Amino acid sequence: MSGWLVVGQAALVLLGGGIVGLFYRGVDRKIAARMQARIGPPLRQPFLDLGKLLVKETVIPKTAVAWLFSAMPFLAVIASFTALLYLPWGPFGPVLEGHGDAILVLYLLAVPALAMALGGFASGSPLGVVGAQRELVMLVSYEFPLAVVLVALAWRLSTLGLGPAFSLGVLAQNPLWGAVGPLGILGLAILLVSLLVVTPAELAKIPFDIPEAETEIAGGLFVEYSGTYLALFYLADAVRTVVMAGLVVALFVPYGIAGPLGLRGAAAQVVDLLFWLLKVFFVMVLAVTTVRVGMARLKVDQIARGFWWRITALALGGLLLLVLDKVVMA
Amino acid sequence: MGLSAFKRALWVFHVATGSCNGCDIEIVAALTPRYDVERFGIRLVGTPRHADVLLVTGPVTRMMAERLKRIYEQTPDPKAVVVVGGCGSTSGVFYESYNVVGPVDRIIPVDVYVPGCPPRPEAIIDGVVKAVAKLEKLGAKV
Repeated sequence: MSGWLVVGQAALVLLGGGIVGLFYRGVDRKIAARMQARIGPPLRQPFLDLGKLLVKETVIPKTAVAWLFSAMPFLAVIASFTALLYLPWGPFGPVLEGHGDAILVLYLLAVPALAMALGGFASGSPLGVVGAQRELVMLVSYEFPLAVVLVALAWRLSTLGLGPAFSLGVLAQNPLWGAVGPLGILGLAILLVSLLVVTPAELAKIPFDIPEAETEIAGGLFVEYSGTYLALFYLADAVRTVVMAGLVVALFVPYGIAGPLGLRGAAAQVVDLLFWLLKVFFVMVLAVTTVRVGMARLKVDQIARGFWWRITALALGGLLLLVLDKVVMA
Repeated sequence: MGLSAFKRALWVFHVATGSCNGCDIEIVAALTPRYDVERFGIRLVGTPRHADVLLVTGPVTRMMAERLKRIYEQTPDPKAVVVVGGCGSTSGVFYESYNVVGPVDRIIPVDVYVPGCPPRPEAIIDGVVKAVAKLEKLGAKV
């Protein structure tokens, strides 16, 4: 593959990812409004919000560590957009396939969280510091179950000997549901549930929005951010939603419908891409929208304890079932 | 993009300067499904740094005057101030009280007054929308 082709594909994926992320945020807000018997904002509301933030003044507080404060929004955007390049887009493999795998995507998902925390610490506001501490507590809480899910899948894939097991492309081409016995299917279902619980935490959405907690610590991490910098965080958040939902899809439901429908060539690719976007949308609605409408904010100790004991135990249980399944089948 | 961007994406910060909670509850009522200001892109935010419009309620007590000034200065430009309620507009029944230094326009520049005790949510929405006109005028100058 020539260099220019990769650059072109990357540009397309980055642009598409940004637009899809913002559009899905609009749909998310619309659906949440309908669930509360409201009319809700128009679907293009996130684009309007972003445009408005870009014309606002950007304030850097005197008490802030200026360079850190201004660098973090850029880091968050760069990391979340880079993760798009390592994500399989339906029928198309990751643009940078072979240059990084699922572990890298995990890190790229953690970088925006760290950037937001550092930005909060650097903002010179006590509310920002409280938000940043909460973000870090949450990060160490949900990363372990997330890693367990990924390692479980990659381990099972490696026993099938189908190539590099941590590559998201290979994971997406070989769904495990058909390759395991009944115990394994139960294990996979448990892992899927724990990943769906981790999703809103990763994206810091209700009930896991303690780092922002508008009504309590006045926007937390973002308390001092305004204008362009806030717009960058807004964009990073929208793109991260696509990345996280895309990760769930790639790991658990990477199926296409073009094959069963008997389509070939370009038509098959278009249909599969649309189907992939639909799957990402459903994961987002299931794990983010309905949960954030239906629940209230949890406390920080509830989140830490819940993830460390319950969700970690759940994920480890799923891993154990996968291992048992392999031992029984062998 | 220009400042017409504000037309459909106004973020509002609510400052209570010694109000009796009447106006504040009417502001919250504007967010409920019955009035649903989010359909116009109006959103209540948690910090003045994110805000385009300050909704100020209350007659401004002596202790709050300094804070009100600070909140006004913390809000990034371009910004507008909407006073909600009779107390904020004129100090109302608290006029010339020993502990009241208001009304609001004695402390910070005000763009829109929404009188009433308390004003109805429709009136508050109308006031916020009128503030957009001011923001756009500011945009024309830039």
